[in-house]
Amino acid sequence: MATNNNNQIIKTLVDKYGRDRTSLMPILQGIVEQKNYLSDTDMTEVARELDLSAAQVYGTATFYSFLDTVPRGKYVIRVCKTITCDMHGKKLIVQTIENMLKIKVGETTQDKKFTLLQTNCLGWCHKGPSMLINDEVYADLTPEKTHEIIAEYMNK
Amino acid sequence: MSELVQRVDLIFGEYSDQKYKTLAETVGRSNEDIIKDLLDSGLKGRGGAGFPTALKWKFTMEQPADERFVICNADEGEPGTFKDREILSKVPRKVFAGMAICGKVIGAKRGFMYLRGEYKSLLPGLLKEIEIYDETAKKLGIDFKIEIRMGSGAYICGEESALFESMEGKRGEPRNKPPYPTVSGFMNKPTVINNVETFVNVLMICRIGPIQFRKLGTHDSRGSKVFSVSGDTPKAGIYELELGMPLAEFVEEFGDGDTKAVQVGGASGFCVPRKKFKDTIIGFEGVPTGGSMMIFNSSRSMYNVLHNYLEFFEEESCGQCTPCRVGCQQLRKGIEAVKRGDKPVVYLEQLMKLSETMKITAKCGLGQSVANSFSSIVSNFKEEMIY
Repeated sequence: MATNNNNQIIKTLVDKYGRDRTSLMPILQGIVEQKNYLSDTDMTEVARELDLSAAQVYGTATFYSFLDTVPRGKYVIRVCKTITCDMHGKKLIVQTIENMLKIKVGETTQDKKFTLLQTNCLGWCHKGPSMLINDEVYADLTPEKTHEIIAEYMNK
Repeated sequence: MSELVQRVDLIFGEYSDQKYKTLAETVGRSNEDIIKDLLDSGLKGRGGAGFPTALKWKFTMEQPADERFVICNADEGEPGTFKDREILSKVPRKVFAGMAICGKVIGAKRGFMYLRGEYKSLLPGLLKEIEIYDETAKKLGIDFKIEIRMGSGAYICGEESALFESMEGKRGEPRNKPPYPTVSGFMNKPTVINNVETFVNVLMICRIGPIQFRKLGTHDSRGSKVFSVSGDTPKAGIYELELGMPLAEFVEEFGDGDTKAVQVGGASGFCVPRKKFKDTIIGFEGVPTGGSMMIFNSSRSMYNVLHNYLEFFEEESCGQCTPCRVGCQQLRKGIEAVKRGDKPVVYLEQLMKLSETMKITAKCGLGQSVANSFSSIVSNFKEEMIY
């Protein structure tokens, strides 16, 4: 049943973007958007649909830090660790999240709701520290503000 | 804002009263005429490398081909840069109009914007503007479509040939050059790829004319530039300023009174220490910048700054060529070892040589420019590397 469902997601994306290799990125991005990560089965299925080798799909997918190939939580938190955010207190933000979710950077909560990661420059240097939760940007962070934001997501 | 620093209102100025007015006025002009205006304006690319825009367009239009492309590079990933995000959220119409002018001049029917994944929140606004553009284009009889492609968190895809690879569904690994994009770009067709800000400049030149545009800036750096100011400053944010300004004036305006160094041009740019502020010009004749200005005060350890940059490069290196893949790692490990005392101080000289080797042997701009920040930080702040 689950497999059928998966195939349907891929099929819809392939129909939308086309079977050309130039559609590979939008298709992979679409899968990650819906399923939080790319499983081996999904990548093989995409390869079959686009008439590529599985290695080509895997090669492309693993190059990009936002195309995860390991299971991720429903909400992926990416805290910016580049210089300006780092200078303005990134460490405290990470600690706050770690304490709240009881996970370390790189880990996913047991209920598969949150994954905590660090990432390179998000382009919010004038309002650091900053983080992304899925596609949503949160800037000008303080430990208190971070606490509020995460608490809100925990209740979702 | 004091008298010292001249503010400009070219890029972020208001839209014209009619939608896509300048575009409508420009489509009637001859291509040669537009190219001549761009040439006269002295406009150089705003992504950082500073290639004359008029020549890029001219080479592409002269290249025989059945299809050509226009690409707007919105993969703004350089640490300390966020001006393209501001442009895309405030004046996206100017960007699309600039792309459409380019499409007309070089004879392209399709244009793409490659938007970094981190900026996905801008997507709804951009798609809405594309709808307005489509309506206008239809009315004006412009046969040029604009689509948006998303990146997925890879700094290297801001390198133009890596960006083409990514759009073609491959790993974002830079290609050998030549051939340059003007000859063989996206799908191996002649392609103009310009920065977001460059397209806006093109539109403004078409609106105000090259003579007016030339009045801004200096001989080698014409026009205004959008700066992203961050770090130890009470005025962090986006500022549109004239090019060719001495760094000392910039620091006086934006510093917190205790500025030790300014990193001009992001992690791949140059670090200028206090004693050189007076003699440094911000622009193509001095220290070039894609807009990133990071200010550090005396409380900051320049070792930590350099370490952060090196970690950045190590992670973002595509790993394709050895000088960059291994070089970035060794530079980071090297400064750690000197700091710990495991290596003698003279080892820094050896690391400097390694960075110089990367400059001449790495395949693309990423590996080649690691030496910029490395040597400018290590040579100016040697004590901080050791103690």
